[in-house]
Amino acid sequence: MKPIVTLSIAAALCSAAITAHADAIQVAVAANFTAPMKAITTAFEKETGHKVQVAYGSTGKFYAQIKNGAPFEALLSADDLTPIKLLEEGAAVAGTAFTYAVGTLVLWSAKPGFVDAKGEVLGKGDFRKLAIANPKVAPYGAAAVQTLTKLDVLEQIEPKFVTGENIAQTFQFVGTGNAELGFVALSQVMENGKITKGSAWVVPGEFHTPIRQDAVMLEKGKDKPSVIALLAYLKGEQARTIIRAFGYEI
Amino acid sequence: MLLTDNDLQSIWLTLRLASIVTLILFLVGTPVAWWLARTRSRWKGPIGAVVALPLVLPPSVLGFYLLVTMGPNGPVGQLTQALGIGLLPFTFWGLVVASVFYSFPFMVQPVQNAFEAVGERPLEVAATLRASPLNAFFTVALPLAAPGFLTAGILTFAHTVGEFGVVLMIGGNIPGVTRVASVQIYDHVEAMEYSDAHRLAAVMLIFSFLVLLALYLWRPNPKNT
Repeated sequence: MKPIVTLSIAAALCSAAITAHADAIQVAVAANFTAPMKAITTAFEKETGHKVQVAYGSTGKFYAQIKNGAPFEALLSADDLTPIKLLEEGAAVAGTAFTYAVGTLVLWSAKPGFVDAKGEVLGKGDFRKLAIANPKVAPYGAAAVQTLTKLDVLEQIEPKFVTGENIAQTFQFVGTGNAELGFVALSQVMENGKITKGSAWVVPGEFHTPIRQDAVMLEKGKDKPSVIALLAYLKGEQARTIIRAFGYEI
Repeated sequence: MLLTDNDLQSIWLTLRLASIVTLILFLVGTPVAWWLARTRSRWKGPIGAVVALPLVLPPSVLGFYLLVTMGPNGPVGQLTQALGIGLLPFTFWGLVVASVFYSFPFMVQPVQNAFEAVGERPLEVAATLRASPLNAFFTVALPLAAPGFLTAGILTFAHTVGEFGVVLMIGGNIPGVTRVASVQIYDHVEAMEYSDAHRLAAVMLIFSFLVLLALYLWRPNPKNT
């Protein structure tokens, strides 16, 4: 990253910390959870009067920022490993980690009728590029590789991989038609509980290990009533209804 | 070994990309710089502004629009498909095209300044000695502007090596094809492989410093730049 970018991020963080509302909660949230988090934040603020400031981004970047003094009080991670790592390193509060959502993987194409309801298009291999999220860093990418392994087509399809740094970029590759199809999050292609664009195969859960997304309270938020309230709210039925409407299971 | 094979592959790819982009920009950027330096057209302002645009646009924004334009539904994508080249995103030559746009001002502006510093007079003198305009350009203007070309070459090369946002958007992170060193370092950081990231970043830093140092030491008296 260029120094100027790092500087401006640092400056943004500083000014955010200074201008933050006295008891505004600082939360770092995985990018794939952006849409549901916005709805949850609105509902939570209305109900409790607490203010929430959310930063959306990749979990790996948040990890680096938290380890280097970022003012976040809670993390909604894209995986279940980063919260454990933060707990082991003393940056998170023991006993506060829980699964707030389980992601659903979907094979999606922007073209209607391109992906069949059973995903048999994968075996035919009649496409130029297949987009996946980087399996090394993104849980949806790892789940995609497991699915292809299970279908026994990984080796023949691997040369056609294009890799997005996160699930949002992977969606862009497919959404712009540059890759004919790709593995994305159901939450990205779902609107009001339905898949409205293109064609899709919702990958059955048994094809890969569950994409558990865990939340954890960070040391900076320890014992703060507002942070405790937000995490409790996430476990509540009201938040879960929102989360399910966006294509996650919980 | 200090670096993995993947790291070395990404460095080699980066150097190949930066060299090709610099070469292409010498050929493409020089006429544009020459025109901008000499013209009295009222288009000078607008064209100069367009050339400078990549300085302002955030790389990820530029990358996104390149992805859309070069994609199957974009005008460039339809042209390349009609020509039988296929689609440019996720290919090495796609990166080359994107980098040429991205680094354009870094080539044009120093060369333009150098041509402007040469001025009219040496060319008029050459004309009185019956040099054709083309002849005067190659035997008078180019040698006088040489320090400007060196600066432009260094800046273009360095800027392409340091490129990240555009490559990330249209590259698709394919090993040996579009995974350049900056993306490889980013990957290491995202995967929390900090020691790998440190090693590769250190190698890049030292290499870049040495290249720049060599060029600046070797550079002739920079009175024209």
